[in-house]
Amino acid sequence: MSAQTGVLKAGAGGMPLTMKRESLTADAFRRLIRNRAAVVGGLIVLLLALIAIFAGQIAPKSYEVQVLIDNNKVPAWMVSLFSSMAPYAKTTTDYLLGADYVGRDLFSRLVYGSRVSLSVAFIGPIISLLIGVVYGSISGFFGGRADNLMMRIVDVLYAFPTLLFVILLMAFFRSTFAKPDPGSFAYGLSQLDARMGGMLFIFMGIGFTAWETMARLTRGQVLSVREKEFVEAARTVGAGNGRIMFRHILPNIVGPLVVFESLSIPTYITFEAFLSYIGLGVNPPTPSWGSMIAEGGSVIRTYPNQAVFPALALAITMFAFNFLGDGLRDALDPRLRGTQ
Amino acid sequence: MSQDNVLLRVDHLVKHFPITKGILVQKQVGAVRAVDDISFDIRRGETLGLVGESGCGKSTTGRTILQLYRPTSGHVYYEGKDLTTLKGSALRPMRAKMQMIFQDPYASLNPRMTVAEIIGEPLVVHKVGGTKEINERVDQLLGQVGLNPAFANRYPHEFSGGQRQRIGVARALALNPDLIVCDEPISALDVSIQAQVVNLLEDLQDQLGLTYLFIAHDLSMVRHISDRVAVMYLGIIVELADRAELYHNPLHPYTQALLSAVPIPDPQAEEKRARIILEGDVPSPANPPSGCRFRTRCPIAQALCAEEKPVWRELRPDHFVACHFAN
Repeated sequence: MSAQTGVLKAGAGGMPLTMKRESLTADAFRRLIRNRAAVVGGLIVLLLALIAIFAGQIAPKSYEVQVLIDNNKVPAWMVSLFSSMAPYAKTTTDYLLGADYVGRDLFSRLVYGSRVSLSVAFIGPIISLLIGVVYGSISGFFGGRADNLMMRIVDVLYAFPTLLFVILLMAFFRSTFAKPDPGSFAYGLSQLDARMGGMLFIFMGIGFTAWETMARLTRGQVLSVREKEFVEAARTVGAGNGRIMFRHILPNIVGPLVVFESLSIPTYITFEAFLSYIGLGVNPPTPSWGSMIAEGGSVIRTYPNQAVFPALALAITMFAFNFLGDGLRDALDPRLRGTQ
Repeated sequence: MSQDNVLLRVDHLVKHFPITKGILVQKQVGAVRAVDDISFDIRRGETLGLVGESGCGKSTTGRTILQLYRPTSGHVYYEGKDLTTLKGSALRPMRAKMQMIFQDPYASLNPRMTVAEIIGEPLVVHKVGGTKEINERVDQLLGQVGLNPAFANRYPHEFSGGQRQRIGVARALALNPDLIVCDEPISALDVSIQAQVVNLLEDLQDQLGLTYLFIAHDLSMVRHISDRVAVMYLGIIVELADRAELYHNPLHPYTQALLSAVPIPDPQAEEKRARIILEGDVPSPANPPSGCRFRTRCPIAQALCAEEKPVWRELRPDHFVACHFAN
């Protein structure tokens, strides 16, 4: 053993034998938790997830029961803060953030609304990754004619204005699946959509548009890693396509893909909020921050609380995901590997 | 030269990379003639050096022999078996017998795999034994290349260039191959480390009876390690001979020019060294010169060289050259 250690020392260029071993993932995680903004973002995301899961326990009231006599009530603490509201506002201490125009508790709706935003934040990337990574990997890995054809299809889809495309899709879904025959596939879909409060079609709308960038990114990454010598080395030892794809290429491109997806989560949340804002999103009475902003926006001069709080919730969520995404990008950056 | 001593025979090997044009319908508009009709034998247990400038097709030759690139035409016979006709699962058992050591020790190891996984991968792919046997073999291989088996669970980025190259050597040895293609295995290393890796390769050759195709552009290193040397220029082999014969008696003007560029570690001899400076650049392999490929830079070129391809002839015993005017 000692002779071997001697050989090592000679060849090691002074590398200490006691050097701590650390995988790239462990190194990335260590640098992520050292990034304060990313940790705060991650904690907020975690908190939001808990709120969404335990919405039934947290929300003091139902999000759909209308108490018409309480409509547009303003919490007492707001009136004392903004005295200009005093002459006309019906004050209450029963509602933490007040009630909306049909007397539903705003705080409860805000809590339940996190479910929609968070579902979009998690399902959006999953759909986009599933379609985009599979499509991009096939295109990049096999190359040639198939690659050329597949990328031209993406180019054509890419040329569509995304927002317009989603609006068209949503309008199409909503009208096509409005009154289908019972038992048909369309009926099943619309039943499922109704049970999810209209979220299924939002997922589909986002899924249909978001995978294109992912596919392009994946293809580019696969192309660059495919030419690396370690992939050739794997071929030399006789590894098949599956092994090369899953053991050699995918683990080496996961970083950029995860970073890209986590940075586009805010886009998905905005998408949902926007769709709900223009009335193509969730079905009433399911609360969504977007539809709450739309409803509150019409009375923003008299009852600003109805629009400001959902907007604040949306902004905080977006910041949290952005900070987390930025942190991930820095943590997975190979140039910063091993630094503090 | 006895026939049964030949381990690998390369027969009129050609590798062209197509140049395509067009967005939807791709049309081939030309080809990079990376390797253009080369033939040679590698004998069992010898080291054949393959030298030439960057971009002359040395690496492509190595990769085409291993069927990492499928040849455009020609054949590669391994112990008489034509590799170019084998596909997929039929090729896999042959891959075990021919391995490769790569140039860049930083790019040739997957950064997401531990050393044990990298060295054990050939064993897993060829289903050699269970986890326990593979781990034992990995430890044995690490010892064989002079690395501490205790490092098996580390990642490549924790090692220096020389150590990484040793890991690459261990991976190539895992399946007990006969032939190892060394694709410039030392040119990316520090000079002080180069000698270590070369000595390791020589020791392993003695212990295991390995055959090497040693691709390099460092003429002194090739002279040190090779039994025979082949000189490549722009996709063809221009000269092939025993090491001593080639270095003392180069026949092709290109070989003469290459050798004249090697400095001599003796001030008086160095003073008298006459350098043959070649004019111009290497022509594009997509559009090589007619006739003799070297004629555009050759100091002794004549009209004949542009018209006729020089014949590959055995001018002396075991000394081949492709030049009209060599003698």
